[in-house]
Amino acid sequence: MSLGIVFALLGAAIAVSLAGMGSASGVGVAGQAASGVVAEDPAQFAKVLILQLLPGTQGIYGLLVAFIVLSQIGLLGGEVASVDLPTGLLICAACLPIGIVGLVSGRRQGNTAAAAIGIVARRPEQFGKAMLFPAMVETYAILALLISILAVTNIPI
Amino acid sequence: MAVLKMVKISICALKESRKIILETLQSLGLMELICLETEEDYFSKTDTGGMRRNFERNAALTEQALSVIRKYVPEENDLFLSLKGKMLIEKKEFQKVIDHKNEIMEAVMKILDSENSIAEKKSEIQKCENQIEMLVPWADLDISMNEEGTSQVAVLIGTMSGDMTLEKIYERLGSRCPFYTSASIHMIHSEKDAQYIVVFCMRSDVSMIEEALCAEGFTRPMHITGKVPGEAKAELEEKIGQLDKEIEYEEAKIRSYVMYRKLLKELGDYFRIRAEKYQVIGTLPQSKNTFLLSGYAARTDVQVIEKAISSVADCIFVAEEAESDENVPVVLRNNVFSQSVEGVLESYGLPRTGGLDPTAVMSFFYVFFFGMMLSDAAYGAIIAGSCYWMIRKFPGMDMGIKKSIRLFLYCGISTMVWGVLFGGYFGNIVDVVSETFFGKRITIPALWFVPLSDPMKLLVYSLAFGVVHLFVGLGMKGYLFLKESRVADFVCDVVLWYALLTGLLLLILSTDLFASVAQIKLLFPESVRLIAAGLAVIGATGIVLMSGRKAENPAIRLALGLYDIYNVTGWLSDTLSYSRLLALGLATGVIASVVNQMGSMLGTGFAGMVLFAIVFVVGHALNLGINLLGAYVHTNRLQFVEFFGKFYEGGGRPFEPFREKTKHIEIKEEKSS
Repeated sequence: MSLGIVFALLGAAIAVSLAGMGSASGVGVAGQAASGVVAEDPAQFAKVLILQLLPGTQGIYGLLVAFIVLSQIGLLGGEVASVDLPTGLLICAACLPIGIVGLVSGRRQGNTAAAAIGIVARRPEQFGKAMLFPAMVETYAILALLISILAVTNIPI
Repeated sequence: MAVLKMVKISICALKESRKIILETLQSLGLMELICLETEEDYFSKTDTGGMRRNFERNAALTEQALSVIRKYVPEENDLFLSLKGKMLIEKKEFQKVIDHKNEIMEAVMKILDSENSIAEKKSEIQKCENQIEMLVPWADLDISMNEEGTSQVAVLIGTMSGDMTLEKIYERLGSRCPFYTSASIHMIHSEKDAQYIVVFCMRSDVSMIEEALCAEGFTRPMHITGKVPGEAKAELEEKIGQLDKEIEYEEAKIRSYVMYRKLLKELGDYFRIRAEKYQVIGTLPQSKNTFLLSGYAARTDVQVIEKAISSVADCIFVAEEAESDENVPVVLRNNVFSQSVEGVLESYGLPRTGGLDPTAVMSFFYVFFFGMMLSDAAYGAIIAGSCYWMIRKFPGMDMGIKKSIRLFLYCGISTMVWGVLFGGYFGNIVDVVSETFFGKRITIPALWFVPLSDPMKLLVYSLAFGVVHLFVGLGMKGYLFLKESRVADFVCDVVLWYALLTGLLLLILSTDLFASVAQIKLLFPESVRLIAAGLAVIGATGIVLMSGRKAENPAIRLALGLYDIYNVTGWLSDTLSYSRLLALGLATGVIASVVNQMGSMLGTGFAGMVLFAIVFVVGHALNLGINLLGAYVHTNRLQFVEFFGKFYEGGGRPFEPFREKTKHIEIKEEKSS
């Protein structure tokens, strides 16, 4: 077995861990803000829960890329593909965008979501607008995801 | 698809018909009243605050009584309560309730009295329990707590602080006052930091001994009963039992009012309607014999209002076009399908007066994109099915909720269609189940193609749908300009952009870059490329020259034009934003496959099937939830940011008609025929 598959797996690990860390941190921050609002006004539970979940998508994007990598290199059942070193490094590089951007955007989106929860606390009827601000941050995670997916699926193995 | 034309209605009538006119308007609920300010001093406003507060207080009382009843007899089926909507009540029945309002209010008072007396009794029980707690250590004392003693012998009852034995107390007493005649100390109860003791001593020594003991930490008990503690405790317990019985009696009394629940709801709403009416009366300018009233209504409703009012009273009725500089409220009217996104539009902001209602166009794209992002036939069926069930099960539900549920019904259907196109049924459930449990892999073929095996193709289509969406948005802007006959704006801000963008798009499509991305080589004849280049150049030049046309200074004008060209990057990023259609679509499918794969790893036999079922239900519920949220948020974003960014101006004021603002019931109109 060559070193290639090690790097491929490292790539998958980077994608899912960094993006997951970003989401965990973002959802955590937003959750603190949400708890404060629910303590004052339990009727806002559903709305703040939705806002809290928004920074959670980066983790899912990381999982998505990691899963595609694992199935590409045949680690999910079937034959393990023979991945040479350059290909392994290529896969690892392809995983970097969603990992890094997922980490940063997840944290930032968490802060934005916490601020948006503040909008709901004061003006619950402005929920539609409050939801937009965190969604803006997510765009960049989606762009990174796109490049990661395109790169991973197009690397010949 | 329309923002309804609004009309301003003014009514002048005799004061004696004020009641009937207002009540007619209120039950129609088609007109928004405005507060008229008059300068003439023969008009004045009546202060109706007292009446209004009275009704509001009564409404609050019925609500309190309802919550008391709810405490003892909970209402059933609480989970779907918010979906049930308001009770439909016949007008005759409602009138009957109004006729009996005094009796019902008496019941309200009785319910609240019972509740108050229950609260009092509960606090009394608490007091008794506290007293019992204090008596517990003295339980073994068989003389009364305020026993004085005899003429010769005195009794001291109290506690010593600290951990002390009887010997130690004697010892301390001896060292403090060595000359007492005699004393007998009895330990009644001993705790870690307090000793409950009784001291018998000669009356002549009592002050000396008490002083000595006090110095060692002796205190008399705070609450002294004149009875033997055991008896006192029994009495208190009996009293608690008595109070418990009384509480039960009061509770039974409250429970017996449970059939009043419906009446209370109706009466509460009657008070609310009246309070609203008196609030309006307070804003009306009135002279000695007449009053004035003014407000907005949709033009289509004017005849209905006029007919209804002229049938009950004589009045002067004037309807005129609302002027656009007034703060006119906005009413939208759409067909059943497009109506469903009105809630989404309202959350962004209604179109300003005289603006364009984007609901119809938006509803189509909304449902289209939502389905594409979720794209799983089984998930779509679940959503559509449950929404359909809710609509059928609760026909009386609130209109706003009904619209949103209908929106999700359409989105669910769209999700199903996209799922069939992309071959997603709970991800790849059919493949996994057939392979794991039946040993033969069966695949339901995608009607179009499988996104995961050809993501580039889906990316190209996503961006293409995005371009269509954005072009429609630009078209809406053009339509707005033409509607206001601003032809110059239409040509410069819309047509020139169409030219530039179409030209650029055609040029991009013919490049090698596109060919490598899309894996299709589009062969355009040379003439098309020439036309594309021409369009782009004309568009760009036109924009540079015309975009800053409002500026006088030619240099500034050119600078503004060049700056406007920079918006091409905005179009680029807007288009790329539609790649989320691909990303979210893939996310649903891939996570669903992860769930299926995890389930299939747990074995094949019967136990394997059970475990698979558990993983299946939990995993897919989670995936559906999180992707539903994602699809909802990002569809909204595409509408609000990319699409609305091209043309839409919000800021309209929602229409708030003078109507029967009820909480529990809806009054059914009798058919006049």
